[in-house]
Amino acid sequence: MTDMGLAVRSLEKSFGGVIAVNNLNFDLPVGQLLALIGPNGAGKSTSFNILNGQLKPTSGTVKFKGVELVGLSPKEIWRHGVGRTFQITATYASMTVCENVQMALLSYHRRLYSLLPIAARLYREEALALLEHVGMVDQENRPCSVLAYGDLKRVELAVALANNPTLLLMDEPTAGMAPKERIELMALTNKIVNERGISVLFTEHDMDVVFTHADRIIVLDRGTLVAEGTPEEVRNDEHVRRIYLGSHHA
Amino acid sequence: MKRLEIIKFGAIALFGGLIGFPASAADTITIGDMNAYTRLAAIAGPYKKGLDLGIKEINAAGGVLGKKLVIVSRDTQGKPGVAIKIAEEMISRDGAVMLVGTTFSHVGIALSGFAKQNKVVYLASGPLADAISWSKGNAYTFRLRSNVYMLASMLVDEAVKKNAKRWATIAPNFAYGKEAVSAFKKVLKARQPDVEFVAEQWPAAFKIEAGAEVQAIENAKPDAIFNATFGSDLAKFAREGRLRGLFKDRYVTSLLTGEPEYIEPLKGDAPENWYVTGYPWYDIDTADHNPFQEAYNKEYNDYPRLNSVIGYTTAYSVKAAIEKAGSTDSEKLRQAMEGLKLKSPLGPIVFREIDNQSTLGMFVGWTKLKDGKGIMIEGSYRDGANFTPTDEEVRKMRPAD
Amino acid sequence: MGFYIVQFLTGLSSASALFLVASGLSIIFGVTRIVNFTHGSFYMLGAFIAYSLVGVLDGFFGFWISVILSAMAVGLIAVLMEMLILRRIYQAPELFQLVATFGPILIIQDLALDIWGPEDLFGASAPGMDGAITIMGTPMPEYDLALIALSAVVLGGLWLLFNKTRWGTLVRAATEDRDMISALGVNQKWLFTGVFFLGSFLAALGGAAQVPKGGASLIMDFEILAPIFVVVVIGGMGSIPGAFMAALLISELNVFGILVWPESTLVLMFLVMAVVLILRPWGLFGKPEAPGQHGQVGAPEQPYRPLSRKANTLFAAVLGLLLVLPVFASDFSLVLVMDMVVLSLFAASIHFLMGPGGMVSFGHAAYFGGGAYAVALITSHFELPMEVAFFMGPLGACALALLFGWFCVRRSGVYLAMLTLAFAQVAWSVVFQWGELTGGDDGIIGIWPSPWLGSKAAYYYFTLFFGVGGIMVLRRTLFTPFGYAMRACRDSALRSASIGIDVNRQQWLAFAFSGALAGLAGSLFVYSKGSIFPDEMSLARSFDGLIMVLLGGVKTLAGPVAGASAFTWLDDVISRLDYWRVILGSLIILIVLAFPQGIAGFFRERFGVWFGQETDT
Ligand SMILES: Nc1ncnc2c1ncn2[C@@H]1O[C@H](COP(=O)(O)OP(=O)(O)OP(=O)(O)O)[C@@H](O)[C@H]1O
Ligand SMILES: [Mg+2]
Repeated sequence: MTDMGLAVRSLEKSFGGVIAVNNLNFDLPVGQLLALIGPNGAGKSTSFNILNGQLKPTSGTVKFKGVELVGLSPKEIWRHGVGRTFQITATYASMTVCENVQMALLSYHRRLYSLLPIAARLYREEALALLEHVGMVDQENRPCSVLAYGDLKRVELAVALANNPTLLLMDEPTAGMAPKERIELMALTNKIVNERGISVLFTEHDMDVVFTHADRIIVLDRGTLVAEGTPEEVRNDEHVRRIYLGSHHA
Repeated sequence: MKRLEIIKFGAIALFGGLIGFPASAADTITIGDMNAYTRLAAIAGPYKKGLDLGIKEINAAGGVLGKKLVIVSRDTQGKPGVAIKIAEEMISRDGAVMLVGTTFSHVGIALSGFAKQNKVVYLASGPLADAISWSKGNAYTFRLRSNVYMLASMLVDEAVKKNAKRWATIAPNFAYGKEAVSAFKKVLKARQPDVEFVAEQWPAAFKIEAGAEVQAIENAKPDAIFNATFGSDLAKFAREGRLRGLFKDRYVTSLLTGEPEYIEPLKGDAPENWYVTGYPWYDIDTADHNPFQEAYNKEYNDYPRLNSVIGYTTAYSVKAAIEKAGSTDSEKLRQAMEGLKLKSPLGPIVFREIDNQSTLGMFVGWTKLKDGKGIMIEGSYRDGANFTPTDEEVRKMRPAD
Repeated sequence: MGFYIVQFLTGLSSASALFLVASGLSIIFGVTRIVNFTHGSFYMLGAFIAYSLVGVLDGFFGFWISVILSAMAVGLIAVLMEMLILRRIYQAPELFQLVATFGPILIIQDLALDIWGPEDLFGASAPGMDGAITIMGTPMPEYDLALIALSAVVLGGLWLLFNKTRWGTLVRAATEDRDMISALGVNQKWLFTGVFFLGSFLAALGGAAQVPKGGASLIMDFEILAPIFVVVVIGGMGSIPGAFMAALLISELNVFGILVWPESTLVLMFLVMAVVLILRPWGLFGKPEAPGQHGQVGAPEQPYRPLSRKANTLFAAVLGLLLVLPVFASDFSLVLVMDMVVLSLFAASIHFLMGPGGMVSFGHAAYFGGGAYAVALITSHFELPMEVAFFMGPLGACALALLFGWFCVRRSGVYLAMLTLAFAQVAWSVVFQWGELTGGDDGIIGIWPSPWLGSKAAYYYFTLFFGVGGIMVLRRTLFTPFGYAMRACRDSALRSASIGIDVNRQQWLAFAFSGALAGLAGSLFVYSKGSIFPDEMSLARSFDGLIMVLLGGVKTLAGPVAGASAFTWLDDVISRLDYWRVILGSLIILIVLAFPQGIAGFFRERFGVWFGQETDT
């Protein structure tokens, strides 16, 4: 484990009686694309929510660049350079594409309590550059409420990149997309990782996406880590095969 | 509303609002009247009838200064802000020369502030709050009805005779109730220094938890009870008290209860043997009252309520004031109102120079059930002049103008 | 001992009466999500109809048949209202139905006045239950025991209905998850209608059953509203056992409270509600709201664009007209326009919070009145000049909003709204009760502008400056990063938290900002009327503000101004007529049905393109 990456140790989360995450341990070194896979209800989103501070774990630690993240608020964790996208896209429906990104930039530049300037004029160039990156610049002036689902995912990606994160958490980045779009988006992600040298933790039900793009894969089943390794190793793992046999993945 | 009026109304609504209408015609004198006509319909209704009757009589007898009196009446909805807005309109658009009316004390107080600021005479006919004549009194505000202090004092003579030691009070939790209890306590203590007040209950107005309040009083084991609740609170209190034996062998004295407006709705549940203030119109046989009652009966085929007397006397007060002033100028009217003397159906009254409070009094007597209805017996009139604090006390309370 | 048992039973009997009415409201809210203000009117109607029927049907059975018949009759009236009005607007923006339920209140008030007359009707004792029994030496009225039994029967009946019948199961399912009903293939319309019948039946039953304890009066409708809202909220919205426990809690606290603290009668209930909501946000038995359940219904707002040239010209023209008004208008017209401006600012401050902020305040009068009181108190106790005291309005209101808002923003949706209501009522009762400081209900008078603003025209310009200025500040703030961040928190709290926005703090400051501007409106108000009374902090004032915003349209920035102006003008014009409440009530209903998007929303839809408002769909 490097000092600069993410280290998760003995992470546990239970909701009442349900144990959603059970003694989870893994490392994510800088610059790597790590896929977290598992069937529905395995505890993937829960793990994500713990990592970005939305949920408090029952026990366990999460170290990022040597800093303990457990106990910090989402805001503080974000300030440490963790960005995320959501399984069900969370964007601002009443704002334009560009404003969505500007919002993140306003926060990044600590201008949230500014009462004088016109928000839509601030950091517009920066926002457009990010949108250029994800290929959404031509739709920058449209309201998010009218976008296609795949486009929303891209906007989310641009938003998540606004604070120059060193760790990106992507919960099912390609869910709901057409196959062609999936390939494009993951290629884009790959490109960003390479350019910026950031780490990515993502979950995905599409095994093609996972095996093509992940550097390493960890597998959760009912909250427990059941396999870990390179795509090749995981593909051949007994347990994994059992879980996924006949399951719905595309 | 007649068709023509509707058209006129529509025109005023649409254009009058912005451009402003000329003041009233030269051969009439306009008086602005307002009351909680929707919120307190049971009180404001009889008031309006009395007022209209008075105005009709006055105009039939030739009006005032050779002109006819015209009343513009509006609904305050019981809101001070609305009342102020209406007052502005009555003065600036309707050309009203003075304002009369209101029942809610706080609305009256708001208007008194307006009257002072705008130097318009306001005759507060219905509100009871002491503040209007004293702590918040001013030169432009006059008040017709006996205030709470005067009413409560009228009950004390009889209470002292009883020589009860332990008293309990119950009054609604707002200014009227507070003033009533504090006046009663003060005047009674002065006359009978050894009294002790063992319980004070303050139910929220119109939301009394009568059973619990009755129990609470019972628990304090008082010898006598002073009540200031009225309306639906009184009804509930009376019934629960009877059911739970609170009034058994206890002296009860009560504010307002003998007014037809409050005792009639109680029907068979009206309490017996309470010593109360009120208006036993059926028992009054005086030269001042008989013509009024006959005229009222003839006009409306109904008997007068206390507020009919108030409305009627308001009309005659206005007439007397304008006649005495010989003009409708505010300043002259104000001076005329000071010390103004006139006859009311209840007897002669004066608007005292010291505090602009009229000496219109009230009847006191005992409640009784007759044919399943509550009435007041052995009623006798108490002139308000005899129940005010000393002049010195009044001067101390009234702010300098 | 007997005393305490009887006191407890007395509390239980008040709880029973309260429970009957509150359970109906809770059921209706649980399924339809409508905050039904007409509930109080149905309660009142129940009492009036039962009063009349009891006069005709004699005896023990006659009495109870009257009670049931009256409840049925009111249930049918409610069904009529649901089918004619509410059905058409279930798809309207959230809380819009609230305004629709306001119209019938006004209409029913005038009808009741017309049919039953102005006097309080005091009910006769219930035949066969007109005495008292003695419990360990203390008398206890029989009818109180009958009420307790009645509510036990109703509680049991509701339990059977909801647990043993198919219809009841559907209702429960709908309460838990509204989307499920359509999934189950149930005819949603008739389910809602049925629920409305049941709920209103219970309201009227409560009204009818208390006739022997009180009777029927024209103010019953408003008097019952606050208590039943408190009960429903404390119990957990939609929960029947919760409503029962809450009614019991409130009533027992009340009956024992008045023994030790007789003046607690005004404030106690709301204090309890505030405490419960702070400790248990969803009430005693309620369930947390599913996220998004109270998000914006209907199409999302359009992104904000600067005003187009044409719209700017229109605005300038209106402003120009207002500026020259004193030249040709009467003093009273100025007064009316001042009222419009002040209330527009008040409505705009509510809209700021409830539209772009996504936080519905049911208690904004606390800040309007709070600001006015801050001015009045400073002036009367320290004799500060107006030029200083005036600014105490926004400052004082801001401080109050900071205090209350800190708790409120930690809730969302209806629970946030109810907490704002609870705090506003607490503030109101403190002002009302604390006579030595605030003058109580006698208010504070003699707060007039300085001599240089003495004339109507001068104060008119002053009002125009601060009123229109305040509205422009509110509007402009929506375009600043602060306003954007607030709107971001509304659109998606999840996303906001994950881009480093401290959602609570952002909303808290927005709450305070809106409170400050409501306070500015209060400052303007107090100097224009010369006095301030607790009425200006009351629920009625808060609801007036809400109605203005909703009539104007929540999703447009011009909405609150249009709503407040229209409402003030209508009120002024119509309140001259004898039956003005019927007319105003009908107009409100008409507006609701004709412009479910509000007046300004309607114009935007119709003429928006002409004004250069792009729409992108
Ligand atoms: N707030 C919550 N309260 C109770 N249980 C929860 C909560 N959130 C998640 N769970 C439970 O925790 C388990 C893990 O859920 P999670 O959403 O993490 O799964 P997932 O792996 O992301 O599944 P999917 O592939 O469907 O997204 C599930 O059994 C879920 O029902
Ligand atoms: Mg998931």
